[in-house]
Amino acid sequence: MTNGWIDIKNTDLMLIMGGNPAENHPCGFKWPIEAKLHRNAKIIVVDPRFTRTAANADLFLQIRAGADIAFLGGLINYAIQNNRIARDYLVNYTNAAFIIKEGFKLPEDGLYSGFDPSTHEYDKSTWNYEAAGSSGRGNAPAALPPNVAYDVTLAHSRSVFQLLKQHYSRYTPEMVERITGIARDQFLKAADLFTSVRKDGDMKKVATIIYAVGWTQHSFGTQIIRTAAMLQLLLGNVGRAGGGVNALRGHSNIQGATDMAGVFDILPGYLKMPAPDDVDFATYLKRTTPTASKPAEWDSYNYWSNTPKFAVSFLKALYGEAARKENDWAFHYLPKIDRKYSWVEIWDDMYNGHVRGMFAFGMNGVQVGPNSKKNIEALKKADWLVVGEIYPDETSEFWRAPGTTPDEMKKIQTTVYRLPCAGFAEKDGTFVNSARWLQWKNIAITPPGDAKLDQEILSLIFLKIRELYQKEGGKFPDPIVNLAWNYTDPLHRSFVELAKEINGRALADIADPTGQTIRSGQQLPGFAALKDDGTTLCGNWLYSGSWTEAGAMTQRRGTEDPSGLGIYPNWAWSWPANRRVMYNRASCDPSGKPWDPERRQVWWNESGRWVGNDVPDFKVDSPPKDHMGPFIMNPEGIGRLFGPLAAFQDGPFPEYYEPIESPIANPLHPAQSINPVVQTFKTPLDKYGTPSQGFNVVCTTYRLTEHYHYWTKNNPMNVELVPEPFVEVPVELADEMGVKGGERVKVSSARGSYIAKAMVTRRIKPMQIDGRKTYQIGIPIHWGYRGIAEDAGRTELTSANLLSPTAIDPNAYTPEFKGFLVKIEKA
Amino acid sequence: MPTGTLQVKAISGHSGTVPGAGVQRAEEICKYIDVTTCIGCKACEVACVEWNDMPFQQTTFDNTYQTMPSTAWNYWNLIKFNEHQREDGTLQWLMRKDQCMHCEDPGCLRACPADGAIVQYTNGIVDFQQENCIGCQYCVSGCPFDIPKFNSTTKKVYKCTLCSDRVGQGLEPACIKACPTGCLKFGTKADMRGLAEARARQLREHSGFVHAGVYDPPSVGGTHVIYVLHDITKPELYGGLPANPQIPVTYTAWKRVAKPIALLLSLFAAPVAFFHYISQGPKEPQPQPPGQEVPR
Repeated sequence: MTNGWIDIKNTDLMLIMGGNPAENHPCGFKWPIEAKLHRNAKIIVVDPRFTRTAANADLFLQIRAGADIAFLGGLINYAIQNNRIARDYLVNYTNAAFIIKEGFKLPEDGLYSGFDPSTHEYDKSTWNYEAAGSSGRGNAPAALPPNVAYDVTLAHSRSVFQLLKQHYSRYTPEMVERITGIARDQFLKAADLFTSVRKDGDMKKVATIIYAVGWTQHSFGTQIIRTAAMLQLLLGNVGRAGGGVNALRGHSNIQGATDMAGVFDILPGYLKMPAPDDVDFATYLKRTTPTASKPAEWDSYNYWSNTPKFAVSFLKALYGEAARKENDWAFHYLPKIDRKYSWVEIWDDMYNGHVRGMFAFGMNGVQVGPNSKKNIEALKKADWLVVGEIYPDETSEFWRAPGTTPDEMKKIQTTVYRLPCAGFAEKDGTFVNSARWLQWKNIAITPPGDAKLDQEILSLIFLKIRELYQKEGGKFPDPIVNLAWNYTDPLHRSFVELAKEINGRALADIADPTGQTIRSGQQLPGFAALKDDGTTLCGNWLYSGSWTEAGAMTQRRGTEDPSGLGIYPNWAWSWPANRRVMYNRASCDPSGKPWDPERRQVWWNESGRWVGNDVPDFKVDSPPKDHMGPFIMNPEGIGRLFGPLAAFQDGPFPEYYEPIESPIANPLHPAQSINPVVQTFKTPLDKYGTPSQGFNVVCTTYRLTEHYHYWTKNNPMNVELVPEPFVEVPVELADEMGVKGGERVKVSSARGSYIAKAMVTRRIKPMQIDGRKTYQIGIPIHWGYRGIAEDAGRTELTSANLLSPTAIDPNAYTPEFKGFLVKIEKA
Repeated sequence: MPTGTLQVKAISGHSGTVPGAGVQRAEEICKYIDVTTCIGCKACEVACVEWNDMPFQQTTFDNTYQTMPSTAWNYWNLIKFNEHQREDGTLQWLMRKDQCMHCEDPGCLRACPADGAIVQYTNGIVDFQQENCIGCQYCVSGCPFDIPKFNSTTKKVYKCTLCSDRVGQGLEPACIKACPTGCLKFGTKADMRGLAEARARQLREHSGFVHAGVYDPPSVGGTHVIYVLHDITKPELYGGLPANPQIPVTYTAWKRVAKPIALLLSLFAAPVAFFHYISQGPKEPQPQPPGQEVPR
């Protein structure tokens, strides 16, 4: 979230789309309700189904799953056409005024300039700003120009604003209706309501956009979220109390997992993973440390220019004494990523025999999918599988997946080790929530029986491997034998020690930015104290400040809220620097005065500093006249309406593409219907269906309030609340099929089948998609072949992800779990 | 059951004065349920089951998100889910938390012939005392909200206690504590009524629900559980909430007509007894029957 859960109470308007917070974040949903009760805020819900969130909306629109960019693009078009934009904000805080190089082409035919049909990749050199003083022609280097040409009148035909306007002018209400199935008048109603916060250019009001994995799980998911971010920039809603683009994370610590690099292409704190071309540390730093790119008269903080400090401190945390200046801080110990190793690729590699074993901790890989059948087949080909879980799950029992004959079972040679692990309440540590708060939690109950903490199991394995390397050597033992492991109890490392290491400490007496001395061994006060000379160590620069000499900030429980804005500065600690709303400089006009004096977050003080109720997300002594941009993490210092160069794989502006399986050809450009750079897979199990094969019903998948992923099917209370799997089917479709509520239906995709009872409902209506009657159905994901109902024989033992396709977003590698094609029949 | 500050106001099947009535001032309490901000998360259902130590039970899929068709002897709190297609074609998905309404004039208590099986406290809670219940189920037919439920094994009737055990100790009911959105609140009847009126006004003035109102039906003297509804003119839409809940006339007659007559008749009992004593003499001791364990 750019903002936070509590901050939602400050909003005037909520667009909830690609998420179902009332069902999946019921505790957080108190804040939308707070805004409703105390500010008369309105809620717009756009979803393929009338959900429990929709039940609380002022306006609900049913959208075809996957058509989100068309809807949001339509809103951008509406805002521009009706002049409901924040002009000052746009000119000063975004790249609207920047001029784009000549040769850049918008995708009228579905393709931006630079597409190579042989590789299905873009040459992105034209996706760049024009350097000031240049003719705009000629070959520019593939880097952002340090001095960008711009036009504050926004009239230049190659200004980002004019290109944006031209690009989304195609997203007319009629086009929105054809693609999304939302009737023109309904769309206009929503567009009028959403943009009403910027009526007559008034900047006081503010709207927020709230989403979850309903936006990420598409073959263009990143670009959906970008469209939302651009819309919010256009309306001047980012950086403000009650505004922002707010991702609701679906697990208690998924934010922490991302921050700590539970992803293959980043290191903790979103440092970039080394690539094979990074022959040494200097090359790596040169590639990953951006330089400012802005109009000469403007200023840019370019906070990522601190990358060397973050990277050296990280390597010191990882390799300790073995990381020295002379050996490039042990940079060459880090793996170099030669290609993508995302979730779907791991399973594809295992299916193709390249991955021989897997540790599956804290996840149920077979169920998580997509294309569960492929994951099951992949595990059959592996040599070994280690599962750490609290319940017997589908992954550890992949060998007895329904349909496996006793003969087939005998042939499976995979050795499975199932280890009982501790549950979340059986350990202390921190959760990082959607609002970026690191909150310490205490152990509630000790693990039962032989169950061990995941990290104890991993420590056992690591220490044994290190011992083997020490004894026997090996090809490259250095990263293992030199890994810093200086813990009081190497086998049972305490989370306190780990948290302190992640925060970072001084390795010599150093001066912090205020001139105070930090003694060697002391905890660092924050990331501003990090050094690139090896005198600090820090496991994750973003978390620096969470456990200082003053103690565990994560354990703070102060309930003071002096501003009344729900900032609660003394409750736990939020990254970065305990700042609750990111980019909050943008809550003020260019002269440093809050857009809305009623909701003052930070402001420029006459004393010559930025001060406020929140921690300023800015260089605190940069006066407004210097025109430093509020988006300090971008080298431009401003918000990107145009994502230059390699920022995105599939275009600098989001363009609407159809899901990989779609009932229609893209009305914008039928010849280039899907995302041209989408990644699909080629094994015999990676099949993709078409309407001509009879797959003509749009299917989406989701969670229910009553269940949590694939755990709670083992808990009697949850099973009592929702006892069995089901398929939500529109009344009209059920009538056509002759199916009544409670009767069994079989849903089939090109990959597999799913059988469950039908929930016949009016909450999903038939839609007109490009003039054709189209049905959508929905499947909650929670059941599989182990659980209370499953073990009692009350289900068909099928998993929802037997249906979903292996197609991934080219930017974030998220699979397309939503909006694929199926057929449905009476079972 | 620890009753703490609870003060009995009425007792079923009990003639004469209520012991201790009027000794202590007690405020009437009330549950506030804003149906318009309920998200149907069922946290209240879980809290009720867990606080009251109810056994888990197997439910069956029934083409709805609703946990079961109606409340049960061991499931006192149930959110009723109803899809409602409005005239303009838009849909409403109504979620109403169903439980005992704790009527000011409780039909169950009126109907109950068992001394002390149902008590009404001065704070408004109507509570069943299973140790005194004779299993006649008159309360079931006396309730206009279909709340008391009979357990055929124990031969007793059960329902929501409004967590009288918690309230008696100064705590809020379990369902209220569990509610994540604040659509459930707990306090004095006057305060909750005020909140509810304000919310209904907000719905009428700002959300376009011109018929929004507060459900606190006077036909049962008002209730100690009140609802804010989007449309007070159609409470039936919310899973069969009666527009004008009525206690069956047989039970009102029982209390208002038959009982005074019986009382009047009982006045004759004293002189009859006196003359019986004069004419027949005192009762002689009888031989005791063999001792029997009373099953409890």
